Amino acid sequence: MKLVPAAAACAALLIGTTGCSLTESNDPEASGSQGSGTITVDSSADACDLTTTEAPSGNLVFDVKNSGDQVTEFYFYAEDGLRIVGEIENVGPGLSRDLVVRAAPGTYVASCRPGMSGKGIRSDFTVTDSGEDTKITGVEQADIDAATTQYAAYVKDQSSQLVDETTAFVTAYAAGQDERARELYPEARTYWERIETVAESFGDLDPKMDLREADLSPGQEWTGWHRIEKDLWPPASGYTALSTADREKYGQDLLENTKTLDSRVQDLDYTVDQIGNGSKGLLDEVASGKITGEEDIWSHTDLYDFQANVDGARVAYEGLKPLLDVKDPALSQKIQSAFRDLQTSLDQYRQGKDDFVSYDTVTEAQRKELSDRVNALAEPLSKLTGAITL
Amino acid sequence: MTEPASAPDAASPTAPSGVSRRRLLGAAGAGALAVGAAGVGGYAVGHAAEDPGEPGQSSYAFGGRHQAGIVTPAQDRLHFAAFDVTSESRDDLILLLRAWTAAARAMTSGRPVGEGVPTSYDAPPDDTGEALDLDASGLTLTFGFGPTLFERDGKPRFGLGGKQPAALRELPHFPADKLDPARSNGDLCVQACAHDPQVAVHAIRNLSRIAFGTAAMRWAQLGFGRTSSTSTAQATPRNLFGFKDGTANLKSQDREGVEEFVWVGEGDDPRADWLAGGTYLVARRINMQIETWDRSSLREQEALVGRDREEGAPLSGGTEFTEPDFDLQGREGPLVGLNSHVRLAHPSQNKGVKMLRRGYNFTDGSNALGRLDAGLFFVAFVRDPDVHYIPMQTRLSAQDGLMEYLQHTGSGLWAVPPGVRRRTGFVGDTLFA
Repeated sequence: MKLVPAAAACAALLIGTTGCSLTESNDPEASGSQGSGTITVDSSADACDLTTTEAPSGNLVFDVKNSGDQVTEFYFYAEDGLRIVGEIENVGPGLSRDLVVRAAPGTYVASCRPGMSGKGIRSDFTVTDSGEDTKITGVEQADIDAATTQYAAYVKDQSSQLVDETTAFVTAYAAGQDERARELYPEARTYWERIETVAESFGDLDPKMDLREADLSPGQEWTGWHRIEKDLWPPASGYTALSTADREKYGQDLLENTKTLDSRVQDLDYTVDQIGNGSKGLLDEVASGKITGEEDIWSHTDLYDFQANVDGARVAYEGLKPLLDVKDPALSQKIQSAFRDLQTSLDQYRQGKDDFVSYDTVTEAQRKELSDRVNALAEPLSKLTGAITL
Repeated sequence: MTEPASAPDAASPTAPSGVSRRRLLGAAGAGALAVGAAGVGGYAVGHAAEDPGEPGQSSYAFGGRHQAGIVTPAQDRLHFAAFDVTSESRDDLILLLRAWTAAARAMTSGRPVGEGVPTSYDAPPDDTGEALDLDASGLTLTFGFGPTLFERDGKPRFGLGGKQPAALRELPHFPADKLDPARSNGDLCVQACAHDPQVAVHAIRNLSRIAFGTAAMRWAQLGFGRTSSTSTAQATPRNLFGFKDGTANLKSQDREGVEEFVWVGEGDDPRADWLAGGTYLVARRINMQIETWDRSSLREQEALVGRDREEGAPLSGGTEFTEPDFDLQGREGPLVGLNSHVRLAHPSQNKGVKMLRRGYNFTDGSNALGRLDAGLFFVAFVRDPDVHYIPMQTRLSAQDGLMEYLQHTGSGLWAVPPGVRRRTGFVGDTLFA
C-alpha cells in the first residue's frame, strides 16, 4: 500500500468530475500543435484579453495568465456559449497555465471567470478552416458513458467479493484455522488489490486496513491485513502470537472497515481521466511495493497482489480502449502488447491455475525482468489519460 | 600523529584565488612558504569567519566562532563521510582531531596535506596528489560527533559520558523509513563541500587516510547539485523531481533566524556547554522513485509539491518568493493542498520553526532492478533536533503526499562543535578541555 492516497485532484479517483477538465494540458508541444501559435490570455480582475480572437483550426494553445488577485478560470465554449470545449480551473494569482483544445472551424466563446463565479468575461472567438482534419475530437459520448458505467460496476463487483472473501478469511483466522487462513489471505487480498487506487483514496480507511509495520507513525495502532499477516507468518524469533481475543478483534476490525469501503463505493462516479490515471496508478503500486517484496514481507504472497494490480489496470484500460483506439491507435496497440508481455512474465511463476510461487524464491534477475516489463507498460500507460482527454 | 608546525595556521583564511597547490608546493621547496605565511601576519580568527562569504568564493575561512560549511553559501559538490573510532584511547582520538584540524586548515586554503614538507623518495607522499593543480575551490570541512562517541552499548567512551548533549541520540524511527544500517550513524562525520568534486573527494580521502588505525570510514555519500540555497545571493536550485528546492530555506543573511534556529546557545544544555556556538547536523539519505515520478502528470506533481514547476510559485499564486496562501480556495479545496509538501513543511505549520538545509542531489548508479539509485541527500543544521527537526519530519513522513515517491534509506545525527578559535586549537577542543 501507499502511505498517502495518490493525492492530486485527478489521481484520486473519488473526486467528482469538476476537477478534471477533458482538455487541459500542460504540454502543448506534445500535442503537436498544427494550428496557430500560442494565444495568450490575460485574465485580470475586470478584463479577459486575448492576443487574437481568430485562429486556424487544429490544436489551439491558450496560455492563460492570471494577472488579477483572485483565483481565476478560463472556459472555451462552443457557439452556443453553453457546451464546454475546454476549461482550465484553479489558476492562482500570478500563475500561468496552458490549455490545449482541438477545434474545428466555427464560432466559439472564450471566457475568463475571476473569482470562479458568475458568467465570466466573454468574447467571441473564430476558428477558420486550416484544412486540418479535426474530426478526431469526435469520440462517441456513448463510448464515454459505457467506459464510466462499466468501471463503476466493476469496482462494486470487486468490492462485494472482497467483503465475502474477507469474511471467510477472518472467520478462519479467528477460529484458529491457520492453514486455511494462510490460503485465503492472498485470495481475499486479490479483490482489494484490483481496486487499490479507489480503496486508497479513502484516506481514513486505508491506513487502518493496509498499513505495513514499517509505515507506522509513533503511537499509531497497527491494524488491518498486514497485522494479521505477521501473526499468520510470524518471524522466527522475538514475536509474541496474538491471543484468541486479539485475533477476534483485529479480524472484526478489518471486516468492518471492508464493509464501510463497500458501502462507500456504491455511490462513486468516475470520469474517463480518473479511470485512466487509476490504471497507471495501479502499475505504480506494482513498481513501488510489489516488485520490491515490501508489501507482503511476512507471507511472500506479493505475486498475487502483483497480478491483481495488473488485472485492475487492464480492466480500466479495456474500458477506455474504444476511446483510445480512435484517439491514438498506435498507443493503444503498444499498451496492449505490453500488457501481454507482462502477463507472459508473470505466468512463469504460476503454480496451477490461480496460485503463485512464494516471492522469496524469485531471484534478483527475475525481479529485474518483471520490473523492466512493468516499466515497459507503465510508460505508455502514463500517456493514456492525456491521449483520450485531448 | 603529532601536532603540525604552526606555520600553516598563519596562512590567510582567504587565500588568494588562483594559488594552486602545485605552486605552493614548489614554493615550499624553495623555502618561501614561511615568508609568505609570515607576511599575512598571524592566525586570523573572528570576523572573517563571522561573514558567511559570497557564493563561488575561492576559499572560505576554516577558523572562527562557528565551523564553516554551515552558513557558507552552499557549494555545488558534496562528499560526506561517517567514521567509527576503532581505538578506545582518548589520546588517540585527540591526536586524530588535531591531525584532521591541521589537514583541514591546509586543504581549505588550497595547500596540500603535509604542507609540502619534503618526504623521502622511498616514502609515499603526504598528500595523495589528485588536487595538486587545483585551488581551494571553496572547500569547507565541517566535523560532527555522533551519540556513539559518548556512549556505546551503555558504556561511556573516551571519558565523555557526562558531556553527551541530551538531544544527541539516534533519530527515532519515522513512518516509512527503510534505513540501511550500512548508510546510517557513525561516531564522527565530516561534510566536505567544494565547487569541484575532485577537491571534495580529495579532502575525504586524505582525512580517511590520516584516520587509519584510529578511525575507519563507516559510510560515505557523494552529492552533486546543491538542492538548497543558503544565501540570498544564490538562485534556488532544483531537485531531481525537477522542482525548485529550498525556496523557504533559512538564509545566512537572516542573522536573527540563524541565531534562533541554528546555533546552540550558552546554557541550552547544562551538560553540553562545550557545544555553544555549534549546532546539530541531521543527515537523511532520501531515495526518490524517479521512474514512477516521471510517469505522473504535471498536475499531480504540482499538487503534491504545492508549487508550480516552472516558476516555483506557490499554487495560491504569485512568484517564487510569494508566501503561500494556505486558505485560498479553489474548486475542490485549498489551492495549496492539505497534503502538499510546501504546506506541511512551511514554518507557519510548524510552530514557526525554520531550518537551514544544505541538501544535495545524489545518483549512485542503479539498483538491482535497473532503476536509478538516486535522490536527495538531506542535510540540515538545527539548534535542537527535538524541536527543530523531529516533529516536522514525523508529520512529513506520515502526511506528505510526496512520500509516495520517497524512501528514507540512511540517517544520522551529529553534534557539530563550534569553530576552532585558537591558533593551537583543534576541532572539538571545547569538548576535551
